[in-house]
Amino acid sequence: MSPTTAPTDLRQLLDTNEIVVCTGSGGVGKTTTAAVLALEAAHLGKRACVVTIDPAKRLANAMGLEGLTNTASKVEGPWSGELWALMLDTKSTFDDLVAKHAESDEQARNILANRFYRNISGALSGTQEYMAMEKLYELHEDGGFDVIVVDTPPTRNALDFLEAPRRLTRFLDHRLYRVLMAPTRGFVKAMNVAAQAFLRTVSKVVGGDVVRDAVTFFQAFDGMEEGFRDRAAEVLDLLSHESTAFVLVTAPRGDVVEEATYFARKLGEADILVRALIVNRMHPRFSDASPDAMAERAKTLTGTDLGALYANLADFLTVASREEAHLAGLAEHVAPAPVVRVPFLDTDVHDLEGLALVGRYLFPARHAA
Amino acid sequence: MLIVAGKGGVGKTTVSAALARAAAMAGLSTLIVEVEGKSGLAGLFHQPPFDYEEVVLAPGGGPGGESDVRARTLTPDDALVEYLETHGMGRISRRLAAAGAMDVVATAAPGIKDILILGKVKQLERGGAADVIVLDAPAAGHAIRFLRSARGLLDAVHVGPINTQAQDVLDMLTDPERCQVVLVTLPEETPVNELVETAYSLEDEVGIMLGPVVVNGLYRALDGLERDPDEAAKEAGAFLHPGEADSLRAAAQFRLRRSALQHEQVERLGERLPLSQICLPYVFSAELGPRHVDELAASITTGIRGLADL
Repeated sequence: MSPTTAPTDLRQLLDTNEIVVCTGSGGVGKTTTAAVLALEAAHLGKRACVVTIDPAKRLANAMGLEGLTNTASKVEGPWSGELWALMLDTKSTFDDLVAKHAESDEQARNILANRFYRNISGALSGTQEYMAMEKLYELHEDGGFDVIVVDTPPTRNALDFLEAPRRLTRFLDHRLYRVLMAPTRGFVKAMNVAAQAFLRTVSKVVGGDVVRDAVTFFQAFDGMEEGFRDRAAEVLDLLSHESTAFVLVTAPRGDVVEEATYFARKLGEADILVRALIVNRMHPRFSDASPDAMAERAKTLTGTDLGALYANLADFLTVASREEAHLAGLAEHVAPAPVVRVPFLDTDVHDLEGLALVGRYLFPARHAA
Repeated sequence: MLIVAGKGGVGKTTVSAALARAAAMAGLSTLIVEVEGKSGLAGLFHQPPFDYEEVVLAPGGGPGGESDVRARTLTPDDALVEYLETHGMGRISRRLAAAGAMDVVATAAPGIKDILILGKVKQLERGGAADVIVLDAPAAGHAIRFLRSARGLLDAVHVGPINTQAQDVLDMLTDPERCQVVLVTLPEETPVNELVETAYSLEDEVGIMLGPVVVNGLYRALDGLERDPDEAAKEAGAFLHPGEADSLRAAAQFRLRRSALQHEQVERLGERLPLSQICLPYVFSAELGPRHVDELAASITTGIRGLADL
């Protein structure tokens, strides 16, 4: 991807991309942003789908998502296109994937029943990200959507998210796995002895049950690694395809921006450009005066109501400057990606009306028309 | 031991720092334990980033007899190696580390990384590393998983050192004399909802004692914001630049409206969660630094005194 492909605004981004991935740290409004983007696409007459992960309950209800559905359901509303929504169910997505790659029903059953597998599908760090990307791939292949917007889990570590598909396959490449599989593959006896010794030491620490579960799992999984590896490679290809756009969502707080900058850098290392930066919850800037001048005025007027009014204005000008200062470096880092600012809203977004309100800031052109 | 928990972006790290300073100002030696690294904690004290090695973030002394605030980071890998070595299993620890077995073991028994960290914290607590240990817990839903790890592991691992470790950690977590959780939130709808859910999960699933809730980022009330700027100017005998009245009015309206919303949320939190609250002011400044941490620490001290008077 060359920098010239950066869109000038979000409308153009929706027009030129099939997949939009919203990424950023937790609590910055990723889910809401993803929903607003998909809603806008529906307004533009497209068949759009939003894949969300753990949305706030009221927003989920507003979109007709009562629980983990794992298949897209249609949200009815006054738009010319279609809006579909899906709440990721990590475990059942993983189960489907296992069933698909298993050589027999029996192999699938053995794996699904294994406790070690149940732990992987529930708790291996990166699994949720991996399944989000897997679901995305499925929708891309079979869903017939014009635009798919995907929300990413609020993982602190961007690496988890980017490396998610690779992570499981690397897990299967693990030396321990090879050691465990050695006996069944007819390696020399010495290897077997080494494996047994290794397992004994691990058992001493965590107990024998845990090790038995792991061994059974690796044995049950035998033969499936290749399918998983191929699939992971396809998912990664899709993510780095030019019709996939990454949108970075942040809030203007110093620590959050630092985190977002880290995300941008990690994406960069994977040769993925940030195509737009969305900043939620900006404090409004009430005037162009300098905060210090206003604070000075407040000081000389201490004790009067006007003094309080100036002190208050100085407070918010200070915050607005601080927010812009925090953002400056990140904006430069992701340039020429557009930076779209959404102000603090009076209420949290939990219905379609709220989404429309945010939409007015993300897509000012359509609303001005 | 105080475990500070809350979803991302609510100012958990700032609150951890302020709590630590409040304790140190009261003459208690304090250690902050970070588990995720890279939280900006060192920056709040204008100190360089720290690691597994303990550092002093804010030295004590002075006329008030303040104690030091120290800090260190804990990672599961370091904790595992250290644990095994101190239990005469140095050889195993090197083998495990060399084979990169941590990932596999952690998958076999989820929560094992968390228990290693909590186990190390327990050891610090037992060893009297400080009068007060402030644990800056992982963000969001992970905090529950983190604290639930001990109970989960007791079910999964029936024997061996990990089992013993989990039992010891659970004993610490459920003893209100030794450990309390301080939940942090913002006075906004979604964070309040999530805090209430987290609070009930922690009580029911872990049996942990919840301390006061910290509501972070409340706009401090300013008298006079209801006044019309032109009138206020006339009264003060001051002259306003063109357009200035509008800016002053808009800013005043914004603060009044948001303050009202914030108070609604604080009230709602009080109704839904019968825990005492400590409110911390929003910091309107260019950059958070040690001075602001001290101001927030003073607010916490005042807040705690207020609770004691009830």
